[in-house]
Amino acid sequence: MKWSESLFPEQASSFAANVDALYFFLIGVSMFFTILIGALIIVFVLRFRRRSDSERPEEIHGHTGLEIFWTAVPLVLVMIMFFWGAAIFYKQFRPPADAMEILVTGKQWMWKMQHPTGKSEINDLHIPLGRPVRLTMTSEDVIHSMYIPAFRAKADVVPGKYTSVWFKPTKPGRFHLFCTEYCGAEHSLMKGWVYVLPAEEYDLWAAGEDGDMAEMTPVEAGERLFNNLGCAVCHNPASGALGPYLSGRFGTNIRFNDGTTVVVDEDYIRESILYPMAKVVEGYQPIMPTYQGQVNELQLMHLVAYIRSLSGDQTASVTP
Amino acid sequence: MSTRIHYLNVQHTVGSWLFSLDHKRIGLMYLVTMMLFFGLGGAAAMMFRIELMTPDPTYITSETYNRLFTMHGITMIFFFLIPSIPAVLGNFLLPIMLGTRDLAFPKLNLASWYVFTAGGLLGLGAIIFGGVETGWTFYTPYSSTYANSNVILAALGIFVAGFASIMTAINFIVTIHKMRAPGLTWFRLPLFVWAHYATSIIIVLGTPVIAITILLVAIERIFQVGIFDPALGGDPVLFQHLFWFYSHPAVYIMILPGMGVISEIIACFSRKRIFGYNVVAMSSLAIAILGFFVWGHHMFVSSQSMYAGMIFSILSFLVAIPSAIKVFNWVATLYGGSIKLDTPMLYALGFIGLFTIGGLTGLFLASMAINVHVHDTYFVVAHFHYVMVGGMVMAFFGGVHFWWPKMTGRMFNETLGRITAVLIFLGFNFTFFPQFIVGYLGMPRRYHVYPEEFQWLHILSTQGAGILGLGYLLMFGYLIVSLVMGKKASSNPWKAAGLEWRIPSPPVTENFVELPVVEHEAYAYTEPDVYEDVPAEESSNG
Repeated sequence: MKWSESLFPEQASSFAANVDALYFFLIGVSMFFTILIGALIIVFVLRFRRRSDSERPEEIHGHTGLEIFWTAVPLVLVMIMFFWGAAIFYKQFRPPADAMEILVTGKQWMWKMQHPTGKSEINDLHIPLGRPVRLTMTSEDVIHSMYIPAFRAKADVVPGKYTSVWFKPTKPGRFHLFCTEYCGAEHSLMKGWVYVLPAEEYDLWAAGEDGDMAEMTPVEAGERLFNNLGCAVCHNPASGALGPYLSGRFGTNIRFNDGTTVVVDEDYIRESILYPMAKVVEGYQPIMPTYQGQVNELQLMHLVAYIRSLSGDQTASVTP
Repeated sequence: MSTRIHYLNVQHTVGSWLFSLDHKRIGLMYLVTMMLFFGLGGAAAMMFRIELMTPDPTYITSETYNRLFTMHGITMIFFFLIPSIPAVLGNFLLPIMLGTRDLAFPKLNLASWYVFTAGGLLGLGAIIFGGVETGWTFYTPYSSTYANSNVILAALGIFVAGFASIMTAINFIVTIHKMRAPGLTWFRLPLFVWAHYATSIIIVLGTPVIAITILLVAIERIFQVGIFDPALGGDPVLFQHLFWFYSHPAVYIMILPGMGVISEIIACFSRKRIFGYNVVAMSSLAIAILGFFVWGHHMFVSSQSMYAGMIFSILSFLVAIPSAIKVFNWVATLYGGSIKLDTPMLYALGFIGLFTIGGLTGLFLASMAINVHVHDTYFVVAHFHYVMVGGMVMAFFGGVHFWWPKMTGRMFNETLGRITAVLIFLGFNFTFFPQFIVGYLGMPRRYHVYPEEFQWLHILSTQGAGILGLGYLLMFGYLIVSLVMGKKASSNPWKAAGLEWRIPSPPVTENFVELPVVEHEAYAYTEPDVYEDVPAEESSNG
């Protein structure tokens, strides 16, 4: 093992090198100022050490020029840091439209992942090399946080809403996956491995029959739930439409009885299933019953995936 | 020679302490109370540092581990770091520095000690009855609906102790405004007073928010009302906003008084006016104000909006500027001075070095892209220990040493003092520097079990903690010994400027026999009388 590997983490995603470059810039600035201040203290302490108790140094009140100088220099430096960091973050925060979506639910103290093919796994995450991957995540209980150090990627996993994190793996291999939001007794066991496979190998793996829910894709599972729960009775355009149509609605603006509007996204669909009275679409009666307690978080994600697919949009562009 | 009567020996009964309205005695009572909490929090830290020498569980379970780091965080932050400098040094010194006989509301001051102690006992009770396992941050919905421990009791302790902070802060604000000695204009105030003024403003504005937040958690936990728990219709991220709205400014509540202490010490041991006095004074106020608008940098990955994150990021970078200005001005003060490296000065210079590293690593966290990677890792742990222990605790003990002769009338052993200061500085770096590295490598905080490749850094850290702990024990040892065996202190052992050095050590109960009139700026080290002692008899017989 090289010495650098025990001091700096591996770079295994398209962001890692960008983040590290900024990190090294900040280390450079920090070292410069730490050494400067340390050296000045040592030099002054030696040069102006008290040689006799009768010393009475001259008074110096200050120096406006110097004050301006050492306000302006740090100000310029931190503004560089801000824009540099914000520029990388802007990209980190917005998944590309063609990112493959993996559904993730966290609960004390395990991770459950489901791939677009329907294949599921616990605590491990297999992903293809070189393809952008977006994790859409929520929690069954408390707040967790998805962290893959080698990708420099992290996002909290919050109960009651969807969050996401995305990355493009650039290096095959096995990498740590940690929960980084303290979540109770076995918090430090809520971890696993990310396996980055060559793309073809991933496709074979994801199509395999050995997963515990490999039969249906999230959209198919969502469609079956949609029918079993009787959603189609009201939300089917052919049957009288007691509730709003769902086709073509995702990503569009929708107007409510109180005059407000919102863009239809995953969080809004989730909310409408669990708390139908929270926002009632203009022109409809508040008659929908809640499905709280009848569906778990993964099933909700399936329903959302199905409803999203009705708009022909498999991969949402809306970010939480 | 007859014994001089002063505030310590004027009365000896226990009641004379417990019912004392003398700000100096109340300050000492706070000192004793805080040291108990500091010892408790430190012991918890040593226990989990030893456990962390191995990647797998060794001698404690995960439940115990979680209770230990929670206990460490709660006792250190709420019962030591936040109150210690204002309640101990501020209480003792503020009225004297202002040239008055006591704080504006002496009874309120005594009440604050009782309220604080009651809060501390509730916190202790939570530990004795089985502990708390939420972390000092109490994130919901874990704390409000999932944790199986004494959350309510601990939260109640913090709630109650908060009122003690508010009482002290109001006392300081009123005293500074209304009771300054004749001639003591605002820009003649010692920077210690400016720092406490800024701190008091933050306390009064911020502490009610944490009290309200704690109350809401309790309401949710007891009555199952949905506030933060999404299962009840609440929003867990709302808690984080409320929590950090207080707890980020609280960082400045902890560090600003420390900065005030450092200004006093640097001036004395350089025999110089603080370079750019006005700028240093105003930077305290700038920190107090800006500090209220940066809380969102704790939440870049919490699902907060990206644009909100950007605003918080830029403001967090800006709040670094006034701190940088202070550091540059302290270093400039050394220039052309007459520098002596006595124990308090070693702590002050150590503070500058460690606070500089703590401040600079804060820039890493203000930067959004780096924050995503290091959030909730040991990098954050290292950063805040550099600011809190390297900064505030160094300043606190520097201040305790500096004013020890004034408070106790005794000198501590200077040689041991210097050795210990160096030991603490080295032990501290040894403990916390490796944590920056292990944090950037990806080691999450609050992990009982961790991957093997991080072990060597944890071993370094634990060894450093051993040295640090030894340093603190040595310090307590020689300070306690000095109470009995220490040389009697003169009125002005460091030859320092400041009203507190113009009265005998220890002072009489009323501080000044004759109230002073101030004719100079603070740090008038060109005036000859700064270097003189006042004869004890002259004021004690008055």
